[in-house]
Amino acid sequence: MTTRIAALASAAILALFLAGVANAESGHETPKPPAQKWSFSGPFGMFDRAQLQRGFQVYREVCSSCHSMNIPFRNLSEPGGTEFTEAQVKALAAEYKVQDGPNDDGNMFERPAQPSDKIPYNFANPQQAAAANNGAMPPPMRLLAKARTYERGFPLWLIDVFTQYQEQGPDYIYALLNGYEEPPKDMVIDAGQNYNKYMPGHKIAMAKPLNDGQVTYTDGSPQTVEQYSRDIVAFLSWTADPSLEERKKLGFRVLIFLGVFLGLLLYVKKKLWSEIDYEKPIKAH
Amino acid sequence: MSAHTKFAPTSKTAQWFESRLPILGVAHEFLTFPTPRNLNYFWTFGGILAVMLVMQIVTGIILAMHYVPDTKLAFESVQAIRRDVNFGWLLQSMHANGATMFFIAVYVHMFRGLYFGSYKQPREVLWILGVIILLLMMATAFMGYVLPYGQMSGWGATVITNFFTAIPVVGADALVWLRGGYTIDQATLNRFFSLHFLMPFMIFGVVFLHIWALHVVGNNNPTGISVKTNKDTVPFHPYMTIKDSVSLVAFAIFFAMFIFYMPDFFGDADNYVEFNSLKTPAHIKPEWYFLPFYAILRAIPFTLFGLPATLYGLIAMFGSIAILAFLPWLDTSKIRSTSYRPAYKLFFGLFVIACLILGYCGSQPTDKAVLQIGGNVVLDMTGLAQIFTAYYFAHFLVVLPLLGLFEKPLKLPASIADSVLIKGGHGMPYGAAAEPQTKG
Ligand code: HEC
Ligand code: HEM
Repeated sequence: MTTRIAALASAAILALFLAGVANAESGHETPKPPAQKWSFSGPFGMFDRAQLQRGFQVYREVCSSCHSMNIPFRNLSEPGGTEFTEAQVKALAAEYKVQDGPNDDGNMFERPAQPSDKIPYNFANPQQAAAANNGAMPPPMRLLAKARTYERGFPLWLIDVFTQYQEQGPDYIYALLNGYEEPPKDMVIDAGQNYNKYMPGHKIAMAKPLNDGQVTYTDGSPQTVEQYSRDIVAFLSWTADPSLEERKKLGFRVLIFLGVFLGLLLYVKKKLWSEIDYEKPIKAH
Repeated sequence: MSAHTKFAPTSKTAQWFESRLPILGVAHEFLTFPTPRNLNYFWTFGGILAVMLVMQIVTGIILAMHYVPDTKLAFESVQAIRRDVNFGWLLQSMHANGATMFFIAVYVHMFRGLYFGSYKQPREVLWILGVIILLLMMATAFMGYVLPYGQMSGWGATVITNFFTAIPVVGADALVWLRGGYTIDQATLNRFFSLHFLMPFMIFGVVFLHIWALHVVGNNNPTGISVKTNKDTVPFHPYMTIKDSVSLVAFAIFFAMFIFYMPDFFGDADNYVEFNSLKTPAHIKPEWYFLPFYAILRAIPFTLFGLPATLYGLIAMFGSIAILAFLPWLDTSKIRSTSYRPAYKLFFGLFVIACLILGYCGSQPTDKAVLQIGGNVVLDMTGLAQIFTAYYFAHFLVVLPLLGLFEKPLKLPASIADSVLIKGGHGMPYGAAAEPQTKG
């Protein structure tokens, strides 16, 4: 009897709870970014070199005028990423100037950048970057793909463990770059602000950064906002997680090893335990 | 426990050494330690925890060789570890996800103890040492989370330490004393790094006592009845060592899936943004393993005797852990295993649900509506947390004391060996090849 009552009570509590949660979800909210297909998603997903290289081009020609990219040039030729040749990276670095010093006379001097230097930023400090952007600081870009996300909510976050969905950041940034629209009539957008469907609160200080035909691709890929944003997001996913490929490859080997090892251990365990004779005291080995 | 033989080394050298430092005897005691033959896989989590503790210490020491406890460099140094140190990404991921795995394992270990009554006579001290370990683990994890110096590191530490201002008279001083200044800053980071390095070794010490106490009183088992004859036991080695190994490798597979395939699953996106004390993130919340306690911390609504609600929140939060230490005396039932306590089985289930709901409350903003009727919020997150905080304490202070007095337990088997044979053997003779243990 008590069993029944308690079971009913717990079911009632749970139902109430779930109903309430469902209830609270409705209302005027930011839409969830639609999930995109990424070459690097899933347990075997790897980066698409050509896409990363195009993404770097978009970064260099567009985003870099406002956003920093705090990685050394040499990363661009390392395995698992854009994989430019070392000569290409050397030539690329040489196009930038960095400050060095002090020299033997105690003076700072400028020299061409080398692959070991970090990609220089347009602004001397975050304050200067903010001042140039109506007071809004363009966030550093290296980790942006991991630093942005959106609420998955129950039970999606649990299902994500099994589907291995973890591209919330990339999906959000992709949606954001394609989410510039006319604001609804009842919304006032201040000067220096722009309406974006996916930005929390819908107001973003960054003006629409990408437009069709803005970046000239040499490999024949479509020159659309759609394609540009796909490429830049892939690039940002790599800069945020440069060991992704190495990680998944090593993981595969580790899991195979552990799986075989577990099988062997289970076999030994079954055998050992089946040979116990409880009638006789067991001598410790 | 007659399988337990006294250690008498045969070689002269071993005898010479043993009479000066009986360490071989200790090793022998470990290998021959009689363990109930019916232990299920829940009993392997202690071993998993021991290995996890060592793993956290080893990866932590290597990380500390590269980490820089400087507010301007800490965030960048973690990135440098992940990008420039050989296998740094692996070490960092193992350590960060390791903390999560450690808590998963410890919660399984504890709920095992709760379900099978492992805290009852004669294992009270063993249990209380466990509660002390839990507290130390929480402090360690809390301080460790501050080290990467992301937004959630800094703001989590700000919010939690702020609660200490609620302590009467000395609150404001306590806050400055904890932080080493008025805000989370260089002094805070330095002391947290120092303590985060120290505390795992304190845990190690208490684990030593924990296992010592285990070897004095022996393992409990799924029936909860005590070991009577050596038919009830098998020696630890090779039977438990192999079983622990199976479990450990299975756990390693689970762990590896997160390290290699979903390294950020348990993390917070905001911690990929460097800490900025002028910019509050939208939702500040602690790591998942603190969420139920965080919900309790925020749940207390009343000011009483002129003292602020936050003080009672603080007391409730620490109380919710401290109360575990009194469990052996709050539970009045003499029956250890819940398998023979039908009524308690239900309340145990409700308690687990209450903990899960509290965890959910802790992850949500306090003013989020839970139940709306006609556009009016009837219940918000704080309200929900209050209900289940009350239930959490009622479980210990009302249900457990009373249930033992009124509940009619099921009939216990005569011995561990009997229980195994009745369940799995169907009257087969002892030692029949068809695996007498119920669960492999
Ligand atoms: C003219 C300067 C400028 C350029 C060029 C620019 N951005 Fe931004 N970006 C900003 C500013 C300013 C913000 C901060 C917006 C805010 O906080 O409202 C920002 C914010 C962002 C954000 C974060 C939005 C959020 O959720 O907080 C993303 C993502 C982003 N930019 C992507 C890009 C990409 C990709 C490019 C290149 C295709 C780019 N930006 C080019 C100025 C710029
Ligand atoms: C670093 C953390 C811990 C380690 C390494 C550890 C280790 C162990 C080991 C090796 C055992 C014997 C094997 C087993 O029963 O699983 C054990 C038993 C036990 N532990 Fe822990 N433990 C830890 C934390 C805790 C905590 C937090 C609690 C409870 C609050 C706890 C309570 C117990 C109890 C009651 C037993 C006896 C169980 C029984 O025999 O039924 N332990 N522990």
